[in-house]
Amino acid sequence: MRYSGFSIIKQALTGHKSWPKAWRTPDPKPAYDYIIVGGGGHGLSTAYYLASVYGAKNIAVLEKGWLGSGNIGRNTTIIRSNYLLDGNVPFYEMSLKLWEGLEQDFNYNAMVSQRGIINLYHSDSQRDAYARRGNAMIMNGADAEMLDQDALRKLYPDLNYDNARFPIMGGLAQWRGGSVRHDAVAWGYARGADRLGVDIIQNCEVTDFIMEKGACTGVVTNKGKIMGKKIGVAVAGSTTKVMSKTGMRLPIESHVLQAFVSEGLKPIIPGVITYGMGHFYISQSDKGGLVFGGDIDGYNSYAQRGNLPVVEHVCEGGIAMMPYIGKAKMLRMWGGIMDMSMDGSPIIDKTGIDNLYLNTGWCYGGFKATPASGYCFAHLLANDEPHENAAALRLDRFSTGAVIDERGAGAQPNLH
Amino acid sequence: MIINHPLLGPRDASEFYYIGDAAMIMRPDAKPDDHSAETMAAFDSYQHHRDNPHGFHRELWYHEQGDRSWLIVTRNTTTHEITKVELARDVKLKGGL
Amino acid sequence: MAKTFRLKGGQINRKTPLNFSFNGKGFSGFEGDTLASALLANGVHLVGRSFKYHRPRGILSAGIEEPNALMTIGTGADADPNTRATVTELYEGLTAKSQNHIGPLGFDLMAINDRLSNFLTAGFYYKTFMWPAAFWEKVYEPIIRYAAGLGALSGEDDPSRYDKGYLHCDVLVIGGGATGLMAALTAGRAGLKVVLADEDFRLGGRLNAENDVIAGQKGADWAREISAELAAMPNVRVMTRTTIYGAYDHGIYGALERVGEHKSDQSGTRQILWRVYSKRAILAAGSIERPIAFQDNDRPGIMLAGAVRQYANRFAVAAGDNVSIFTNNNDGWRTAHDLSAHGVHIAAIIDTRHHPLDGEGLSAPKDCRVITGAGIAGTKGRLRVNSLTTTTGETIKTDAIAVSGGWSPTVHLTCHQRGRPRWRDDIAAFVPSGDLPMGMVVAGAANGEVSLSECLSSGHDAAAALARDLGKSVKKTPLPKVEDEPSFGIEACWHIPPKNGRAWVDFQNDVTTKDIILAEKEGFTAVEHLKRYTTLGMATDQGKTANIPGLAVMAEITGKTIPEVGTTIFRPPYSPVPIAAFVGRATGKNYMPTRLTPSHQWAKDRGAVFIEVGPWYRAQWYPEPGETHWLESVNREVIATRSAVGICDVSTLGKIDIKGKDAGEFINRIYANGFAKLPVGKTRYGLMLREDGFVMDDGTTARLAEHHYVMTTTTANAVGVYRHLDFCRQALWPELDVAIISTTDQFAQFAVAGPHSRKLISRIVDDGFDLSNEAFPFMAAAELTVCGGVPARLFRISFSGELAYELAVPAGYGNSLAETLMAAGEDLGVTPYGLEALNVMRIEKGHPTAAELTGQISAHHLGMERMLSKTKDFIGATLARRAELTRADGYRLVGLKTIDPEAMLTAGAHFLDRGAATRRENDLGWMTSVAYSPMVGSSIGLGFVKDGHNRFGDVIRATDFVRGTDIEVEIVHPHFVDPEGKRLHD
Repeated sequence: MRYSGFSIIKQALTGHKSWPKAWRTPDPKPAYDYIIVGGGGHGLSTAYYLASVYGAKNIAVLEKGWLGSGNIGRNTTIIRSNYLLDGNVPFYEMSLKLWEGLEQDFNYNAMVSQRGIINLYHSDSQRDAYARRGNAMIMNGADAEMLDQDALRKLYPDLNYDNARFPIMGGLAQWRGGSVRHDAVAWGYARGADRLGVDIIQNCEVTDFIMEKGACTGVVTNKGKIMGKKIGVAVAGSTTKVMSKTGMRLPIESHVLQAFVSEGLKPIIPGVITYGMGHFYISQSDKGGLVFGGDIDGYNSYAQRGNLPVVEHVCEGGIAMMPYIGKAKMLRMWGGIMDMSMDGSPIIDKTGIDNLYLNTGWCYGGFKATPASGYCFAHLLANDEPHENAAALRLDRFSTGAVIDERGAGAQPNLH
Repeated sequence: MIINHPLLGPRDASEFYYIGDAAMIMRPDAKPDDHSAETMAAFDSYQHHRDNPHGFHRELWYHEQGDRSWLIVTRNTTTHEITKVELARDVKLKGGL
Repeated sequence: MAKTFRLKGGQINRKTPLNFSFNGKGFSGFEGDTLASALLANGVHLVGRSFKYHRPRGILSAGIEEPNALMTIGTGADADPNTRATVTELYEGLTAKSQNHIGPLGFDLMAINDRLSNFLTAGFYYKTFMWPAAFWEKVYEPIIRYAAGLGALSGEDDPSRYDKGYLHCDVLVIGGGATGLMAALTAGRAGLKVVLADEDFRLGGRLNAENDVIAGQKGADWAREISAELAAMPNVRVMTRTTIYGAYDHGIYGALERVGEHKSDQSGTRQILWRVYSKRAILAAGSIERPIAFQDNDRPGIMLAGAVRQYANRFAVAAGDNVSIFTNNNDGWRTAHDLSAHGVHIAAIIDTRHHPLDGEGLSAPKDCRVITGAGIAGTKGRLRVNSLTTTTGETIKTDAIAVSGGWSPTVHLTCHQRGRPRWRDDIAAFVPSGDLPMGMVVAGAANGEVSLSECLSSGHDAAAALARDLGKSVKKTPLPKVEDEPSFGIEACWHIPPKNGRAWVDFQNDVTTKDIILAEKEGFTAVEHLKRYTTLGMATDQGKTANIPGLAVMAEITGKTIPEVGTTIFRPPYSPVPIAAFVGRATGKNYMPTRLTPSHQWAKDRGAVFIEVGPWYRAQWYPEPGETHWLESVNREVIATRSAVGICDVSTLGKIDIKGKDAGEFINRIYANGFAKLPVGKTRYGLMLREDGFVMDDGTTARLAEHHYVMTTTTANAVGVYRHLDFCRQALWPELDVAIISTTDQFAQFAVAGPHSRKLISRIVDDGFDLSNEAFPFMAAAELTVCGGVPARLFRISFSGELAYELAVPAGYGNSLAETLMAAGEDLGVTPYGLEALNVMRIEKGHPTAAELTGQISAHHLGMERMLSKTKDFIGATLARRAELTRADGYRLVGLKTIDPEAMLTAGAHFLDRGAATRRENDLGWMTSVAYSPMVGSSIGLGFVKDGHNRFGDVIRATDFVRGTDIEVEIVHPHFVDPEGKRLHD
C-alpha cells in the first residue's frame, strides 16, 4: 500500500483495520546474489539502492537484532555536509542531496527538516578556519554562509554574547543542514527495500563467513548457512567482531558516544547549533526535546553506556553557549558504539578477500551519511569499483598516507 | 571509572588521558633512512591496525592530572571491569607485552 | 469557603499553613504537603492536558512516576517547566501554572486534536505530509512544532546556583523506605560509612502512606525513630530530597540533592550534583504501582489506588467523596479499607478476579457495591470523572476511581549497565536479574518482596552480608515485628478492551491500546519498534507506569509471554536532571580556567587589549593615545621593533626541562632533524613529527649543560608535546636515563627583538656577561643572572627575523622584568608588542605557526623535507616517507603577495587559477595566514599551494566565497623581509 493522506483518511474511516505490515518477515532462502550483513541504516539503504538504482534482485539483509537497532536508532539525528577535505565533502554533499529527495523516493515521511546548522566561532583563527571550510564546501557545490554576530543574534538572540569565557563572534551556517527523524529512516528504507523484494531477515546473526579458495561465498548464521555471490558488511559497532572471523585487523577502535535528550519543551532552538570551544551540538526535535551531544567518552568500549565526566563536560559546553537551557531537564542519556577510524573518516571498500566488501569507520558521523553510504556501497557491490564520490574512502589510505583527517589529530581514534 | 594506580591507589579515570591499545609501546625498529618495505609495513601496522577486542583489552592511560605515569590497564571493553594496572615502564623494561 | 477534602490526621503540619497559587488562583495548604496533595485538598483534580490529544488530565500518582500533573513552577527567569506536582514540596508563595493548552485549562483550543484522533494514530505522520516536498519545512513542520513540547523555558539565563560535590562511602543505600532504613541501620550499626539517599523530603517511603504497624507503633512513627537514630550516627549521612539518578562504572553513582528549590527564598544553592563513590550499594527503591487500561481511563479523578491511599494516610486528603476501586489484587481493597476508615464513602469495588480475598482478612466497607470478575467498561465526565460503567453493565456514580494493576519493582538502576530484568509470574512483574552493576545488591520491594516483613528482613540481610564482606562484624538483633499484613494476591489483568473508545496505556504521550494493536498490525512488534513507533514510554515519565502494561498488551495480541516480547532498556537518569546541575558553577567566565602570564598586570596597566588563546589571555596589542584602529597600533609596534627594539611576552610557550645522561639521545630520537651534535651553550630549531609522519610541533631546544636541555614548544601544543615526551620516555624507551619536567608555569619569558636588542639586554645582564656577536652569537644559549642576581636563561633566537633574544626568569620576576626592560630601554625607543605584531613579523619571515601546523601537514608541505635526518631513526621517520606525504606535486608553503596594493587578503580563501571555474578539481590550496605588512606596504599571506615551489611568480586568485572577495596574488617565497637572514646574525 502506498502511503498518502488519502490512505490515512480511508483507514481512519474504516477503523485502521487493513494497514499492511510495513515489511515482511521472510525466512532466509538458501542463496542470494547479494547478502548485506547488518540491518541498520547503512545496510538497509545499501539494499534499497542495490534494488532501486542498480537493478539488483535477490538481495538479503541479515540483522542480528531488530532492524534499525544500531546507531540509526541512537544518534542526534543531524544531517549536514559541512566538511573540509576533498575526500569527504563530495560524499557528504551527495548524501545531503539524497536526503532532500528521500521521502518522495521511498514514500515514507522521515521528517527531513532543513532548519540549518550553524557552527559558532570564537576567535579570528577559528573564523578563518571556518572560512576555509565554507569555501571548500562551495567549491564542492554545497552551501555555506559566514554569519557575523549581528546576523547570528537575529536567529539566536539569547546566546551568551555578553559574559562568555570565549566570545561568540559568529558562525558558519549551512542552511541545508538540519535533522531527520532517525528511526523513520530505517523504517523507510526497510519498507522501500521490502517492497522491491529485498528479504530483510531479523534476529539472524552472522557467526562466520564461508570461504572457498580465498573467496567468500556465504555466511553462517543462527538460521543456517546462507550462500551469497557478493557479501557486504555494514555493521557499525560490531565491525571488528564480525570481521575478525576473516582474520583481518582493521584501522578502527570501538568507542562509546553518549547522546542526550531533554524533556519536551516548547520550541526555543530553531535549528542545529554547535559550540566551538568545547564539543557540543544541539537541536530541538519536533516533539520538543532538546537533543544534544558532545565528545566520545574516549576509551575503547562495547558497552552502550558512558560515564559521568563526559556528561558534565557536554553540559558545560551547552550552558556556556546558551545559559537559558539550564532548567531544561535531561530525560535520557544513552550510548552508542562508534567504529572510530584512524583518521576520523569512513571506509567503503573491497577487503582483499574476493566477494567480501566492507563499510565501516563512520566514527560518529554515520547517520548523516546513511543515504550516500548505502548508495556508494551498493555501487561498489554492483560494479566492483568505487562510486566517484567515495573513491577516497579506501582501506589502504593509511599505508599510502592519503588519509582524510579533518581534525588533524593523527592515528589516535579518540581524538577524531 | 576508577583506576587503581599501582603507586597512588584508586583514582578517578577523569584524571587520566587515554590513547588506546597498549601495543603502542611496541614500536618497531628501523635503521636510519630505512626504506625497506618491511619496515614501512611494520610501522603501518603498528600505527594503524588494532585488535579492538570484545573483552579484555590492555590499554594505555596517562595520569596527566596526577603523577604523570603512563599505565597499562587491563580492562574489559564490554563490562569496563579492570583486572590489572601496571606501570608502562615496568612492562616495557620486562620485554614488553 | 470552598469545600475542602482535607481529612483528619496525616503527616502535615497544620500549624504552618502555606499560600500558593495555581493558574493565578490562590489556594492554601500545609507544611508537609506536596503541590499535588494541596491541590487535591482543595478539590482540584484537573491539572493539565495530554501531549497529543490535549485531553483534560488529573493527578494520577503521588510520586516521580506522575505522567499528568506536570507544571511550570515559578515565573520569569526562575520558571521551572515540567515539574511534577506530586513531588513538589509546597512552600509559601509557590506559583504553579498548568502547561500545554491554548486558552484556559478547562477549555483548551487544541483539544480539537482529540476529535481528530482517528487520523492521528501511531505513526500517522510517517505516512503523509510528503507532498509537495518543500512544504515540510514551510507548512507541516511549523504546525507540528507549534504543538510540540509541554512546558516552556523562559528564554532567560538560568539565575539559579548549582553546586557539585563528591562523596565516598562503604555503602550507598538507595531509598529510605522500610527496606532502606533497615539496611542503613544495620550497616550503620556495623560501623560502615553509609550514605542513605531518598528522593522524598521525608524518610519512610510507603510507611508514610500505609497504616502498617511495626514493633507496636505506626510505621511512619517507626520510620521517624529510625531516621533519628541514623541521623545521630557519625558514620551515616542521611540525604533526603536526593535522587540517585544513575549507576555508573565501578560503584560510582550520580545523585541530585535538591537543597533549595523547596524554599520560598530561592537565592541559595538550588541543587547539588553529587558523585558518590561507593564500595557497595543496596538498591531499596521500592516499587511503582501501575494502572489497568480501560475505556476513558484518563479522566481527572482516576488515580492509582496506592496514591489515593497515600494522599489519605500521609497528606490527610480524600481523592473524592464517593470513591470507587478497580483492582486486580488485594491492594485495591486496602485502599477501600483505609479510605473508609477516614470516613470516605466507597461507591464500589470492582475486582477483575472472580474469587478475591479467599481467606483474607480484608473486607468491603459498608454500603459498598462489590463486583467481582468484572472490569470497567467506560467512564463519563469531561473535566472530572462522574460515573463509571462496569463490564457487567452497571453504571455507578463516582467522583474518583482508585485503580490498582499491581506493582512494578523499581529496577531502573539495575539496568543502567545493561542488566536485563527477569519476569516473575507470581507477582506479575519484572524483578532484577543477577546481572547487576558491580557492587550492587537489591533488597525489598525493588527485588520483588511483597510483604513488609520480607522487606525489613531483606534490607537487614543485604546490609549484614556486605558488612561482613567488608570485614565488619554484625551483631544479631531481632527484626522489628510487623502486625496484620495483608497479602498481595495479584491475578494479572492489564486492560479491558474498549467497546467504542480508547483505553490509555501511556497517559502523557497519549498511547492507547489501539495504537499498540496498530503497531502490531504493521509489524512493529519488537519491543523497541513498539516503543519508537507509538512513543510508548518515551515521555517525561519514561514509561514508569506505562511500559509494563504496554508490553502486556503486545504480548496478549501476539500470543507471546511478556518476557518474550522483551523489556526496553532503562537509561539514566532515573528521573530528569536539570542540565545546569551537571554544570555547577562552571558557567559564564568560569566555563574554563583562566591562565594569565606572570606579567599580565604590567600589560594590563599599559592598556593592552587581550585575547583568549586556549586557556590563556595574551596581549594582542598595546594601543597608544590617539590610535583609533588596531592596525595603527600593530603597525607602530612592528616598525618600532624592526627599527629599534620591541619586547613581547612569550611566556605561554611550552617549556620542558630535560635532564639525564641520555637526554641528548632522547631528544635526538624525538626530533626529525639531528640533535646529537648540539654543543653546550647552543640552541637549535627542531621539527617534531607524530609517528604517522605528519608534523606535530616545532620549537627550539637549547643545551644548557652536558646533561641538561630546555625545550620550547608552541603555545597550542605545550600539553600534547609534554605528554608525547613522557610517553616516549616511559613506554618506548624506559632504558634511557632521562627525566623531564614541565616548567611552563615556572618561567616568564620575553622576546627582545630589534636592532637595539643587544644594547637593551646588555643593560640588564649582570657584570661580566659577554653579549658580543662573537661570544654570544646567533643560536647561543646560556644560564646567567640579570638585574643584580636574578637567575635567568638567555637564548639568541628570533621569531621576528631581527637580531633578537628570548630571556626567561623565574615567574615571580616576570612582571618586574617587563618594567625593568621598559625603563632600561626608554632612550632606545623600546616598545611592547603583542600577539598581532608578533604574527605580522613571523608571516613576513614565513615562519609557520598553529595556522599552518594543522596536523594535516608534512615536512614536505612546509618545504622542510631536508630537515628529515637520514642518519638516525626518529619518531615519524618511516611513515613520513609515505607517498602522499612526499609527492612532488603536493601542497607547498608559499608566500602570497597582492597585485593590487590596496587589496586585503583573508585567511581561509582558496586558490584558483585565473579563469578557472569554481570546482573542486580546480582547487589549488588555501590561505593559512595573512597580515598587513608595513615593511612590504601591502597585505601579504602564507598559504599552501599545490606544486607551489614550481609556481613562484605565477599570479593566481585568492577567492573567499563566503566573504565575497576574489583577489589576484602572486606566488612568492615566504620570506618577505630580509630573505638572507642577515639581521639575525648581526
